[in-house]
Amino acid sequence: MSQATIPATLSEKSLRRIEELKTRYPHPQAVLLEALWMWQDEHGWISEEGMKAVGAALDVPYHHVYGVVTFYTMFNRKPVGRHKIEVCTNVSCMLRNSERLVKHLEDRLKIAVGETTPDRKFTLVEAECLGSCGTAPAMQIGDRYFENLDAAKVDTILNELS
Amino acid sequence: MEPLLLPPIPDLHRIDVYEASGGYAMFRKALGMKPGEVTDEVKKSNLRGRGGACFPTGLKWTFMPKDSAKPKYLCVNGDESEPGTFKDRQIFEFNPHLLIEGTLIACYAMGITTAYLYIRGEYKRWIDLVQKAVDDAYARGYIGTDILGSGYSTNLYIHRGAGAYICGEESSLMNSLEGQRGYPRVKPPFPAQNGLWGCPTTINNVETMANVPIILRIGWESYSKIGAPKHPGPILVGVSGHVNTPGVFEMPTGVPLLDIIHQYAGGVPGNKRIKAVIPGGSSTMILRGDALDGVCMDADSLKAAGSSVGTAGVIVMDEDTDLIKVITRITEFYHHESCGQCTPCREGTGWMLKMLRRFEQSDARPADIDLLLDVANNIEGNTICALGDAAAWPVQSMIKRFRDEFERRAVRGTSPTPTPAPAEALA
Repeated sequence: MSQATIPATLSEKSLRRIEELKTRYPHPQAVLLEALWMWQDEHGWISEEGMKAVGAALDVPYHHVYGVVTFYTMFNRKPVGRHKIEVCTNVSCMLRNSERLVKHLEDRLKIAVGETTPDRKFTLVEAECLGSCGTAPAMQIGDRYFENLDAAKVDTILNELS
Repeated sequence: MEPLLLPPIPDLHRIDVYEASGGYAMFRKALGMKPGEVTDEVKKSNLRGRGGACFPTGLKWTFMPKDSAKPKYLCVNGDESEPGTFKDRQIFEFNPHLLIEGTLIACYAMGITTAYLYIRGEYKRWIDLVQKAVDDAYARGYIGTDILGSGYSTNLYIHRGAGAYICGEESSLMNSLEGQRGYPRVKPPFPAQNGLWGCPTTINNVETMANVPIILRIGWESYSKIGAPKHPGPILVGVSGHVNTPGVFEMPTGVPLLDIIHQYAGGVPGNKRIKAVIPGGSSTMILRGDALDGVCMDADSLKAAGSSVGTAGVIVMDEDTDLIKVITRITEFYHHESCGQCTPCREGTGWMLKMLRRFEQSDARPADIDLLLDVANNIEGNTICALGDAAAWPVQSMIKRFRDEFERRAVRGTSPTPTPAPAEALA
């Protein structure tokens, strides 16, 4: 007996938005990244079902969608915590002690880089340059940037996140 | 020089404030000119692209066919991902209408009826800000059908990336926009003949577009007299690393790097010596701190000094910096971002990284220095796009200018050199 599954589709709102976006390009495939963003916003990560659903909405074959999803680092290919923390460790942040920030986050969350807390609240990863070199060190949580960080600021930010 | 790209006008991001300060008047002016006249102005101004290659913008525009049976496209490159670069972000946030106005003028000059502004996926906040500005410009009739009753129509759409440095490479950007993996394309054919969906396409950087209304406003003659004669105009210089007041500063081209570091960015914390400077983003060749006298932020001066302007992202490193750690991190970046199409880049960046990690742990052999250089030399020039070069140049220049740092760590079997303590002043 197969278990009942959540229907693997995009929301009506997203499907309508996709139709709108298609008019901006001569080929519907150009909407692929945006449609994948929609799926990720709705589901948190992009599963095989997600790739199939997005592909169907744009008439793009699954193998192509898979190729695209695996190329771009911002698409989550497995479930992540409610808050995905991405700490920039590239040169400008490194010169301003981003390593210490990563260590502080690992200690505080009791996980290593690449892991998710057992309560699935936080995932910690290192990021390539976020374009915050003048406000280093920096991190991104979801769509939000946090800059000019130190350990105390990080603690305040984490305490405020539900 | 009074700031032209980022003038200190409160709320300039709002369309009413932008219009009150003379905004969109240059687009009106352009609509009253012949498209070729607009291109001529830009050509004569000597504006060179601000995305890294310093290619003459007006000349690039002339590559577009005047009569084309196929649609023509403009892509504005806002993928800004080069480590040390954070300038386009300032335009998105503080002066988005200047970017939009420049883009519209460029479209008109080249007879383009669809422009895409590609912005890196991480910049969601700035995408929303620019989208608001685009919506307002549509509402005021600056974008759309029969613009200001001129009979000219064009659209401008924002396209969000999803995390890939390589998509800042123009042909990769086009593939990404088409909904593909961001693989760079072999050139020729060049985008002006065969770009987006096989149609004539021009790709210009965000800051380049923002310069266009300024050229029309002050005239090509005045513009060409700002800063360095062969690379004129205002330029946004980002300063990061070991400086007291990091940030983006607008200045004319041709300002000495030492003035940028000391006058604009407040000098080095603790008045420490400058050990090294990366002048134009992580892919540009590293310069020695004791060889900065007379080196200026313009294409000719930096070329003569053995580096390049790139995206004018200046990264300053003080005397306590472990440069082997820096070059290892930079190489890790290029290895991570290599798209994997070309063997020299895909494999070579990984080999360089493995070797550099041995240097980092003082576990390399003296012969590894030349072996590392050999790998870098065999990546440079042997790949489809410039990412291979971008990975090779930092390594080559680091070995050339700081060979002693490598020699100190090439002591396999002896006790490791202690890593210098991090700069406590920055904690």
